[in-house]
Amino acid sequence: MIVEIGHYALVLALFVALVQGSLPLAGAQTGNTAWMALARPAAIAQFALVAIAFLALVHAYVTSDFSVVNVVRNSHSAKPLLYKISGAWGNHEGSMLLWVLMLAAYGLMVALFGRNLPAGLRARVLAIQALIAVGFLLFLLFTSNPFARAFPAPADGNDLNPLLQDPGLAFHPPFLYLGYVGFSMAFAFAVAALISGRVDPAWARWVRPWTLLAWCALTVGIVLGSWWAYYELGWGGWWFWDPVENASLMPWIAGTALLHSAIVVEKRDALKSWTILLAILAFALSLIGTFLVRSGVLTSVHAFATDPARGLFILFLLVIIIGGALVLYAWRAPALKQGGLFAPVSREGGLVLNNLLLTAGLATVFLGTLYPLLLDAVGGGKISVGAPFFNATFVPLMVPMVAAMGVGPLLAWKRGDLAGALGRLKFAFAATVLVALAVWYVESDGPVLAVLGIGLAAWLFFATLAELAGRIKLFAAPAAESWRRARGLPRATYGMTLAHAGLALVIAGMTGSAWYSENVLTMRVGDTARIAGFELTLETVDETPGPNYDAERARFRARRGGQEVAVLEPERRFYPVQGMPTTEAAIRTTWRADLYAVIGEGDGQGAWTVRLYHNPLVAWMWFGATVMVLGGLVSLSDRRLRVGAPARRRRRPAPAAKAES
Amino acid sequence: MTRKRRRLYFLALSMATLAAAAALVLNAFEDNLVFFYSPTDLVEKDVPTDRRLRLGGLVAEGSIARAADGATVRFVVTDRVHSVTASYRGILPDLFREGQGVVAEGKLRADGSFEATNVLAKHDENYMPKEVADSLKEAGVWQHADPAPDGSGNRGDAGGR
Repeated sequence: MIVEIGHYALVLALFVALVQGSLPLAGAQTGNTAWMALARPAAIAQFALVAIAFLALVHAYVTSDFSVVNVVRNSHSAKPLLYKISGAWGNHEGSMLLWVLMLAAYGLMVALFGRNLPAGLRARVLAIQALIAVGFLLFLLFTSNPFARAFPAPADGNDLNPLLQDPGLAFHPPFLYLGYVGFSMAFAFAVAALISGRVDPAWARWVRPWTLLAWCALTVGIVLGSWWAYYELGWGGWWFWDPVENASLMPWIAGTALLHSAIVVEKRDALKSWTILLAILAFALSLIGTFLVRSGVLTSVHAFATDPARGLFILFLLVIIIGGALVLYAWRAPALKQGGLFAPVSREGGLVLNNLLLTAGLATVFLGTLYPLLLDAVGGGKISVGAPFFNATFVPLMVPMVAAMGVGPLLAWKRGDLAGALGRLKFAFAATVLVALAVWYVESDGPVLAVLGIGLAAWLFFATLAELAGRIKLFAAPAAESWRRARGLPRATYGMTLAHAGLALVIAGMTGSAWYSENVLTMRVGDTARIAGFELTLETVDETPGPNYDAERARFRARRGGQEVAVLEPERRFYPVQGMPTTEAAIRTTWRADLYAVIGEGDGQGAWTVRLYHNPLVAWMWFGATVMVLGGLVSLSDRRLRVGAPARRRRRPAPAAKAES
Repeated sequence: MTRKRRRLYFLALSMATLAAAAALVLNAFEDNLVFFYSPTDLVEKDVPTDRRLRLGGLVAEGSIARAADGATVRFVVTDRVHSVTASYRGILPDLFREGQGVVAEGKLRADGSFEATNVLAKHDENYMPKEVADSLKEAGVWQHADPAPDGSGNRGDAGGR
């Protein structure tokens, strides 16, 4: 019964979305306020209906209702509760339902918090959101119904893919989708602006919080996925430049560029049509990401069973949504009023440079990801483009960007003073040189490029701190004065400092992990292996039963210089329902390095294949990414950007405005 | 600074960035494209030994053997027309099995055997790498029917991943 209610709610949501997508749009064009006002209650109703459908599916999973095909395929009565719940979105149908739920949730937020938006803009934004929802609801109901019944109902289910039964991956899809779908807000605002023909600083202030929220969520999603790949796949790597990974990276890059160009629109009323284009692009790449992952056109290390018919439907949606938006852009963008002037060396100039390099980097990732598909489609042979390609294209483009990131925030708006900015960075530069020399001295046999990478990270870190110190006149003014200034700075400024410093830590971690060492060998109980100064002794290998698997657990005692430092217990699990083994790496994390052990298959005669890694600085990556997200959230909490608050901001006199970022 | 001058500056800057990106891409394409070969291709075509390539096919039944050092695994990749012996040192992906599809990345040795540096894992036991399926079809030995549209097998999805 509950399942039918869920299905019915989904159908109703489609009709509500149809109304929400048509009447308010027509109302905004003709000035019919009654029609425009319809958007708010419709958005709330649409969210409620989709939420009912989603909860009905979760309920079916939690109660192990095996009369539902979707539950049969992806769940099992013996599965732990967390994975019963996460199983609801650990499959195609459920994940698309989650997608639609996120979409409706963003609509709800606009309806609830968007009271200060002009009525016409709000009606258009909600209508465009609803039109996207119509497409995806049709997709769900016609090709991927999560509520289809199984007859006769089997006694038990097939279980969720064991690799996905993991806390990191349980929360990976919701965050990733929160990010993907969040760009639909920027998209809706962009299309609404194109329809009305008005883009001004107020518009940018409304777009920025949504983009920030989406960016934060997408960052969390990507990092969770990367972290999962790091410890669950047992290869010791955290990024493989795999097409499915790139599919999530591309909207992130576009979103990052959008965040920065929206600042220029907000502060200087320039770069308007470029910002609109980026907003369309970010959502287009989110849709392309969904298409690539869902359609099965990609060969990926992460590939899952997929269905071409569904891929075709998503491709069709993609063409309509993106094609439509781009046609509208080509038609209306030239009519947008030109913005203010600025010199090439200025804050705006720096942000333009950031955008150019990010977009160029984005283009190389896009090409590397899709070129094999194109070549195959025209019969040019099957190729794959791997990590070396991206390391040789994307990375060199990001080097000047990161170098410029240190200087850009120090330049003034409109006309900057490059020599002055560099002068204020001399301490940062000296610190960078010291760090690079120290690293080179300690690790003189390491790769030279890695010294460069650490140097770059140090430069960004110290330059970011120097910028903040300069703002509050640290050491240049009495401490009380610095403290007063520090309190007066807007939160968005601290957000930027945190995000940029976080990226510096991430870069340091990425670079450090290039110094990894690896040791693959077979070991018997009692054997000792060496890696990077550690000695690991295999003490025991035991059978350990889990809730829905059997595990072989090895026990390594790790010593360094005779001193015991850790006990590592990697597992090799076997899930009988799916007949599938998984590896669970054991990792000892310190701020200096990860010691990483994986146990492979035994040969039946008391010997096991063992893989040991020593990965320096990996923890810095996860920590740095957390700092970046924290920066985004701090910036989001800025009074000026708070969703729906911009109207209040203008009335405030501006002690803070002087120090605005 | 006039609007025209500014536009000129930024146009030049964009062109320079684009040119740099294009140069990097072309340069990287030269060295880093990895072509996919079936065992038949490896036997019949003249394949260079110094390039990285991908070999895809089925792991032949009964062909997996461990070398004396215990960590090196030898197996035969076949498309049921031709076979190639491959070796790999390390822990194989969890779903690596005899009779299942496999994609190995590495280099061809002068003696015609294949040295894999990377064996690709699949997250789903019913999943057949697309290249492998296509090349098996080409070789005329495709015998598994495509999975039913409703995907009667087990499925795993990571949502975005």
